Amino acid sequence: MASWSLDDLAYWDAKIRAQVDALGLDCYPQEFELCNHNDMLAYMAYSGIPSHYPHWSYGKSFEKLRTLYEYGLSGLPYEMVINSNPALAYLMRDNSLCLQVLTIAHVYGHNDFFKNNFTFKSTRAEFTIGTFKAHAERVRAYMEDPSIGADKVESILDAAHALSLQRRRNLAVKKLSPEEERRAMLRNAQAVHDPFKSIHRRPDYIEPDLQKVPLSPEPDILLFIRDHNPYLANWERDLLSIVDEEARYFIPQIETKIMNEGWASWVHREIMNAIELPQELHLEFLVRHNQVVRPTPGGINPYHLGLKVWTDLKRRFDEPTADELREHGTPAKTGMQKLLEVRETDRDQSFLRRFLTEELMREMDLFEYEPKGDDLVISKVADEHGWRAVKEQLIRSIGMGGIPVIRIEDADFGHKRTLYLTHDHDDRDLQLENGEKTLGYLYRLWGREVVLETVLAGKRTLLTFNDRGFSAKTLK
Amino acid sequence: MVDTIFRPFRSSEAERSDRSAGDRLRHRQKIRESIRENIADIIAEESIIGKSRDRVIKVPIRGIREYRFVYGDNIPGVGQGDGTSQPGQVVGANGQDGEGPGAEKAGDRPGVDYYETDVTLEDLIDIMFEDLDLPDLERKALRQLEAPRASKRRGYRQVGIRIRLDKHRTVKSRIKRKFAAERRRRAADDTNPIDAARDAALEASAETALTAPGADAPAAPPPARRFPFHVDDLVYRHVTTQMRRESNAVVICIMDTSGSMDTMKKYLARSFFFLLYQFICTKYRSVEIVFISHHTEASEVGEDEFFHKGESGGTFISSGYQKALDIIAERYHPSLWNVYAFHCSDGDNFDSDNTAALKAAHELADICNLFGYGEIKPLGSRYYESSMLNIFRRLDADNFQTVLIERKEDIWPSFRAFLAKDKEQD
Repeated sequence: MASWSLDDLAYWDAKIRAQVDALGLDCYPQEFELCNHNDMLAYMAYSGIPSHYPHWSYGKSFEKLRTLYEYGLSGLPYEMVINSNPALAYLMRDNSLCLQVLTIAHVYGHNDFFKNNFTFKSTRAEFTIGTFKAHAERVRAYMEDPSIGADKVESILDAAHALSLQRRRNLAVKKLSPEEERRAMLRNAQAVHDPFKSIHRRPDYIEPDLQKVPLSPEPDILLFIRDHNPYLANWERDLLSIVDEEARYFIPQIETKIMNEGWASWVHREIMNAIELPQELHLEFLVRHNQVVRPTPGGINPYHLGLKVWTDLKRRFDEPTADELREHGTPAKTGMQKLLEVRETDRDQSFLRRFLTEELMREMDLFEYEPKGDDLVISKVADEHGWRAVKEQLIRSIGMGGIPVIRIEDADFGHKRTLYLTHDHDDRDLQLENGEKTLGYLYRLWGREVVLETVLAGKRTLLTFNDRGFSAKTLK
Repeated sequence: MVDTIFRPFRSSEAERSDRSAGDRLRHRQKIRESIRENIADIIAEESIIGKSRDRVIKVPIRGIREYRFVYGDNIPGVGQGDGTSQPGQVVGANGQDGEGPGAEKAGDRPGVDYYETDVTLEDLIDIMFEDLDLPDLERKALRQLEAPRASKRRGYRQVGIRIRLDKHRTVKSRIKRKFAAERRRRAADDTNPIDAARDAALEASAETALTAPGADAPAAPPPARRFPFHVDDLVYRHVTTQMRRESNAVVICIMDTSGSMDTMKKYLARSFFFLLYQFICTKYRSVEIVFISHHTEASEVGEDEFFHKGESGGTFISSGYQKALDIIAERYHPSLWNVYAFHCSDGDNFDSDNTAALKAAHELADICNLFGYGEIKPLGSRYYESSMLNIFRRLDADNFQTVLIERKEDIWPSFRAFLAKDKEQD
């Protein structure tokens, strides 16, 4: 057993919370649960959710994590926080007191972020635990139902998991109902008011096609199938809803990884420096802190990048350099005010776009690499010519930027109920094997031919999956 | 703000609830299925041939992948350097299945799961043969070997050993007796009080029946309503050991070890026999195996020699067949034994021997249940070397089967083809 007691934790927790208040953070009530390494592995495998529905992929994830851990290839996280109200966090029982204190401070950073960042507003934190539990119960009930059974449930879940991230990303943008969408289409079809119409040629009126399904390209693939495939059973529809709801819950965490980890690291650093740790704890803290936030050579450590940007942002408002003063004038806010504002209003892509400066990129020596033959070769570095491109590349690859955008164009293509999808190609080609298998899953759920239009090696290509299997056809 | 809550660690709970167990089990099942599907590739790997059965081997299998739409490998990425990065520097190797540069990249692309799973050869062989049945060997009446088989339940007895006590039935028979006794007492109460008293006495003696032998029997009389077990209530499961009649089979492996059988050909032949041998060991308990290797002369050899020793010389296929016929005549008379013979050769027989070989093959086919000939012709060599396949075409016995093995991937399909032939006959 470690050399600390729950009373020690409560003692340091009180000190930390005083600092949390002093910083102006706004947290959900917090609960900590102590666990051993096996529990931690299990929580990691199930994304922290204490009661999650069963699926073999979590078993796989567990085995993988355990193997990595047992061979010493990766350590365990010091903590795990769940976006819920009250926020639930797990602490590893075998960690030292310093690590526990560090972790507690770090957890309050995440907690504050979950509660305030706009992307998390739609996750309904007060229902998190209950929702996941209800999902698990429903899935189990279907598995135990003799007319359904575990195999059929697994087959639907496999397919749904493959497509779960193919959904709208920005949860702050309202999804229009079909009625609203129809009205918007009619409105857009109206000719704009033109004061000089007597001398202009009138634009041709293009009649909007109100019979088309979907009216406009639809990114929510699972939900669309749920609502438009008449041959699905109710339990199948329910499984699709469950998987989609879970993806919606996790998308904010994908979208704010760098901000969130950077923010929590910034918060724990401020707090740990303010609570007057005894010297031996403080020295250990410095070591641990640097282990967490050190850069990963050749890669991107979200803790490091996030912390750098947050720190720099605060400095620019508290102690601007002469150049910055000349360019932006005297800041109207204190650094802390600015930080609290940004942690509410941004996500990774906007955060980096707005606050990752050329100087910072040069300091961190960010570079862009490209595959060339068998090697990955640096193509651009953050010098005055290259930094914008490197930044663009970084922004493009983080968060949901790593997931291809694919939308349903037509659910009755060629009047054969063929599902026609288009990939929003941005010079990044799809990986073909994955594409083939995922289309297979889509075919399983849709029950009719599915066609994906994409670009492969510069050529428009149709990937088709139907009862004869997969085929790819290049268009001229 | 509400107080923070710290929940202490409860080890009992942690040990009791292993909620990932079910999912892990399912995942392992899926891996097993995957091994089974790719078994042909796995056994084509050289490493398993000729190894002992309990050896652990590493089998590379594609993990059970979870597919999504993802970007391909040829997309650029962003990394962080140590301050000395210059365009043109190499930061990693491409094509490592989506891994970026650096050892612990934050993973914005999913990697390909490639497992090496440890399985013992025995497991692997079990998986291989799971859906493959060797023929019901044709039964021959005499001298059948009997092999003890798993015990089987055969009804119930009132005597038996403690461990086979059937609690459910015991309790049931006690309840039956209880109801019977009560009905009887009620009937007796109505008619004859003396009978009732006698029944009560009987019951009391039954109560002591079980407790009496024990030294620690309770001294106090049991409560009035208690209705204890009686020896007659006890029911034991009866178990018998079944003897299964095994068929009497001998498998004769004949391999060409002449000089024209180069390393590759020998390897293919051995792989084939290795499979056959393992298969027979898995499926049959009492099967005898004879190994014959031949060049211009044939000799019976041991297992080890058969799989590991090389020889050279010319080829007289008939010599191998003749040796097999001799051994059959001597030890395994076809009226008593099911005989299976398999021969692997490159078909490069000495011309003058062909007639003799065909004749011997005829004889073998007559007395064997199944006679197989596998011709090993690695790709490319097939066109300029003579082939026995043409000659054996004249042999139209139902139980004769030829296959052509051109590369190691053919071994498994041809192996199945051999066995399928036998199944068709059934």
